[in-house]
Amino acid sequence: MTTKKKYPEKWTELNPGCMVFEAGSAKAHKTGSWKAQHPVWDNRKCIKCGVCYIYCPEACVSRTEEGYYAADLEYCKGCGICAHECWPGAIEMKEEEV
Amino acid sequence: MIEIRWHGRGGQGAVTSVEMLALAAIEEGKYAQGFPSFGPERRGAPLAAFNRVNTHQIKVRSNIYNPDIVVVLDPGLIGLVNVADGLKAKGILIVNTTKTAEEISRILNFKGKIATVDATKIAREELGAPITNTTMLGAVIKATGVIKLDSLKVPIEHRFGKLAGRNMKALKRAYNEVKMSNIN
Amino acid sequence: MAKRVGMEVAIAAAEAVALCRIDVAAVYPITPNTHIAEHLAEIVADGKLDAEYITVESEHSSISACCGASGAGARAYTATSSQGLMLMHEILPIVSAMRLPVVMGLANRAVSGPLNIWNDHSDIMPQRDSGWISFFAENGQEAVDMSIQSFRIAEDPEVMLPIVLNIDGFQLTHMIEALELPSQKEVDRYLPPFRPLATLHPDKPVSMGAYAFPDIFTEVMKVKDSVLIDSKKTILKAWDEWGKQFGRWYKPVETYKADGAEVLIMTMGSMGETASIAVDELRAKGVPAGLVKLRLWRPFPFEEFREAIKGAKVLIVCDRAVSFGGPGGPVAAEVKSALYNDAGRPAVLNFLIGLGGRDVTVENFKDILEKGVQAINKKPAGGYIFYGVRE
Ligand code: SF4
Ligand code: SF4
Repeated sequence: MTTKKKYPEKWTELNPGCMVFEAGSAKAHKTGSWKAQHPVWDNRKCIKCGVCYIYCPEACVSRTEEGYYAADLEYCKGCGICAHECWPGAIEMKEEEV
Repeated sequence: MIEIRWHGRGGQGAVTSVEMLALAAIEEGKYAQGFPSFGPERRGAPLAAFNRVNTHQIKVRSNIYNPDIVVVLDPGLIGLVNVADGLKAKGILIVNTTKTAEEISRILNFKGKIATVDATKIAREELGAPITNTTMLGAVIKATGVIKLDSLKVPIEHRFGKLAGRNMKALKRAYNEVKMSNIN
Repeated sequence: MAKRVGMEVAIAAAEAVALCRIDVAAVYPITPNTHIAEHLAEIVADGKLDAEYITVESEHSSISACCGASGAGARAYTATSSQGLMLMHEILPIVSAMRLPVVMGLANRAVSGPLNIWNDHSDIMPQRDSGWISFFAENGQEAVDMSIQSFRIAEDPEVMLPIVLNIDGFQLTHMIEALELPSQKEVDRYLPPFRPLATLHPDKPVSMGAYAFPDIFTEVMKVKDSVLIDSKKTILKAWDEWGKQFGRWYKPVETYKADGAEVLIMTMGSMGETASIAVDELRAKGVPAGLVKLRLWRPFPFEEFREAIKGAKVLIVCDRAVSFGGPGGPVAAEVKSALYNDAGRPAVLNFLIGLGGRDVTVENFKDILEKGVQAINKKPAGGYIFYGVRE
């Protein structure tokens, strides 16, 4: 297995216009380490409206099998937008534990 | 090469005269330029527009300072603008006026050839408006022979559509009614 | 078959662009734009061209819209002038970095202030380092021809760069003159359909305009520079094929009676033809004068330029923009740096002329050429002169 280079070594190896042809390549950048707080769902209060899913700027909130919502913490930046937008107050932002 | 300066007022269509003449000359296989005085155009304000006509490619792209022909579309401009400015001594001044060539010569102190025609009257009668830009083309052709009358047909038709016939009639009248006078 | 017509140059340029079957025109359609924008709108509105004509709220938006359209795979065109180009400035290097072959028709006009709408090159000069191919048309015919050539060159897979075609404002754009308009068939033969490197399409995702960290930015700049330099090969090829098909030949540096000339005058754009008359008159008097016209501004044609001025003792550069507090006109500054290492280089005289619509006559060029003759065998004075400034 060859390990993928972080950057092209030579200028001649760059894609024209620096285009990135690999779909979903941003997956490699795990932004989860940026968060000082993380969202915690209280599904008893959740009405399954999907607002948190729509508002998450990182698109890391997805629907669970039961129809509730959860964040992929590997990418969640801890911005708190989901908690702010969830009007039944089902999401709480908690400090990251040391 | 023949250089022509047209004097009119914003909205009187001097730029159209220039365009028609250039297109007709090109239609004849000649080379021509037609251009406005560069800059903003204000309705009613005196303005000039220009033509160059030549048998081969025209290279000069500067302004015209010593025209061979000056055309005045609006009689009110005489005395307001020095229309004979830079006009060659052997040049021709073509004026829309009810005055005689002698009177014009005296007012402007221009001793060269002068052609006069009451284009306003013709335009009123033929077009129902005192817009003399096409009418004066007839006078210019008669006085100078710079292009043929027939060469205007295509550009005038293209530009004026339904009104082309009336414009052609007006300019033919000016062609026939223009009075040439050599003061010298 | 091509037809000979009398037409205002701006309108002819719009006709030429329509013959290129553009997909999108994004323009800010009022002052300082010209009839290029107006006539294109008419062509699209009349249903003669199946294109999207986007009237945006500023030039910043028009070039941005072209950027997006080109990224989506459309053949995109915009036109502007003076302040409009200044407002586009921010986006220009992005278009070139993204390798989007947008074509722009620029009616060159002075940049404010003070407010002035007339012809000079102070709008294009500040865009010099935007990574665009930039060339100058000398007359209406060239404005037509080069509009068509621009799409072919810009969209060549080896190039994929935006092009700005400089057409002198008023002196060219507002001039009705004789020119040949190629037929649709002829243009179709010369210009293949646009094949984008990639398109913004959900079925085939691609990221365009990605971030570049310091560890890659230098490499990206190197690519930008190399691609622009290498584009000359394609430009030459496209011009050669144009010549073969249409019988009108184009070179990066055009010369007129330059052979054996001791004094050369160098111009860009519409002034060249007027200057050529002055050269004719001086030559008739036995003065060894000649003319060099720089058509290709970016990439700068170093080789062709050196070849064109070979043997001259004095080179007079006519700049139509000022580099305030700098080494003179921007063209002269480049010419001097191009010649610095050449042993037999000519003395360079720099005149700033035709600023903000100041008329330049045959007499002016004769006067300038005579000043050049006086400078033969003299130590070059250096510096630059505001020609005709009232003192
Ligand atoms: S916004 Fe709140 S209530 Fe709506 S789905 Fe998300 S967690 Fe549930
Ligand atoms: S905290 Fe921000 S990033 Fe994390 S799930 Fe909520 S909205 Fe998304």
